[in-house]
Amino acid sequence: MHWLGLWHYWAVIILMMIGLYILIARDNLVKKVMGLSIFQVSVIMFYVSIAKIEGGTAPIIPESGNQLVYSNPLPHVLMLTAIVVGISTTALALALIVRIQEAYGTVEDGELNEIDGHSP
Amino acid sequence: MPLPIEIVLFLFLLSTAIAIARLEDLFAAAMLTGIFSLLSAGLFTIMDAVDVAFTEAAVGAGVATVFILCTLSLTAKREYQQPTKVLPFIVVGITGAALIYGTLDMPAYGDPDAVTHRHLSAKFIEIEERAMFSQNEHAVESARHGNEEKAVGLPNIVTSILASYRGYDTFGEVTVIFTATIGVMLLLRGRRHKKSFTSQSRSDGNDVVKEQPMRMREKIILRVVSKAFIPFIFMFALYVQFHGDFGPGGGFQAGVIFAAGIILYGVIFGLDTMRSAVPERVLVYGIISGLILYGGVGIVSLLSGANFLDYDILDTHNPAHGQHLGILLVELGVGITVTCAMTTIFYGLAGRGKQ
Repeated sequence: MHWLGLWHYWAVIILMMIGLYILIARDNLVKKVMGLSIFQVSVIMFYVSIAKIEGGTAPIIPESGNQLVYSNPLPHVLMLTAIVVGISTTALALALIVRIQEAYGTVEDGELNEIDGHSP
Repeated sequence: MPLPIEIVLFLFLLSTAIAIARLEDLFAAAMLTGIFSLLSAGLFTIMDAVDVAFTEAAVGAGVATVFILCTLSLTAKREYQQPTKVLPFIVVGITGAALIYGTLDMPAYGDPDAVTHRHLSAKFIEIEERAMFSQNEHAVESARHGNEEKAVGLPNIVTSILASYRGYDTFGEVTVIFTATIGVMLLLRGRRHKKSFTSQSRSDGNDVVKEQPMRMREKIILRVVSKAFIPFIFMFALYVQFHGDFGPGGGFQAGVIFAAGIILYGVIFGLDTMRSAVPERVLVYGIISGLILYGGVGIVSLLSGANFLDYDILDTHNPAHGQHLGILLVELGVGITVTCAMTTIFYGLAGRGKQ
């Protein structure tokens, strides 16, 4: 069965969709940021699961000199920096939320729309 | 065959994510995001991505949770109850189904013949393995001259790629962190608007008589334990910083761990004590100097006649030493910038409530 080998990707996609659901269904902006970070971790996990090689090990060459199979290091590098960039941008989002709270007195999406005069 | 622990961790992740989606108590949800990160770090380790796991554990379970908690203390503790909407479910369902349909063409998990493993990364691993196994340096030298390809010669291939092969990318990432921190400073450093709303302007519905909360430094266990812990956190951060060439770790992880140590100090002993220990002005210079150190290494190699961030030129007698020196300096620059950026963001978010 070819499909059985794909369950990792599917599990990651389900996690991703929970994050997306929080992002679009919840009104609280901080909650939306939490959904976004779940989404982000899932995307990172998707890349890392692509890098895995069956029977492989972490891409660190041991001194013993045995020939080993290493998992693909390139996605690891890209994702490792993505995590730290992700926290910086999350912090920027949180700073914006703090300013929205100070200006409007609420961080609920629906109330913000009402204050601005749009129908929710 | 899937390992049982993978299935267990995925189930834990799934239930944590659903709990975050359902909880209206935002503080509880914030703590659960920390747990979510820690569990995913476990999965990353099983998938052989030790460096990614390290970063995720330090960032997600350490710093991100603190940032979200700071924001919650300035905004609302609970979110409003909402009727379950149908439309988001439909959208999410369709998107998920489309993505799963997309995976049907992908190679199976762990397939060694997948396209991803054949091109660039196979070459990186081959070059680095050859450089490591030809033990004496002369052999490395001849191997380097024999082939056009240059080796970095570090045990941790992730560090080699991060700091040398793809040094440009990493420089870009550090610049993004720098820019984001400037954004946070611009948003939160200024004086508060007069007509601003405080977090108490919304009642939570239940009128409990509020006691003055106990300050952190009055909790003796927290104070004593954290005071004993902080030096070890710093020591560990230094180990991660300078051992990153040989094992999992590097500037990004070390920076976040260092910042976590400083933030722990601030959480326990108060912001004013933290300000006297780590002044904000020093941090601002730190963010800039880390970035300048990274770019400076590139400029030096450029002025010496090589390409930007080509470390071979840094030691004219032995290019392998030049590579090591370059990576050490560059990682140090990353570490300094990340430490100072994370701590500055914490100052911004936590200091806002005190004005």
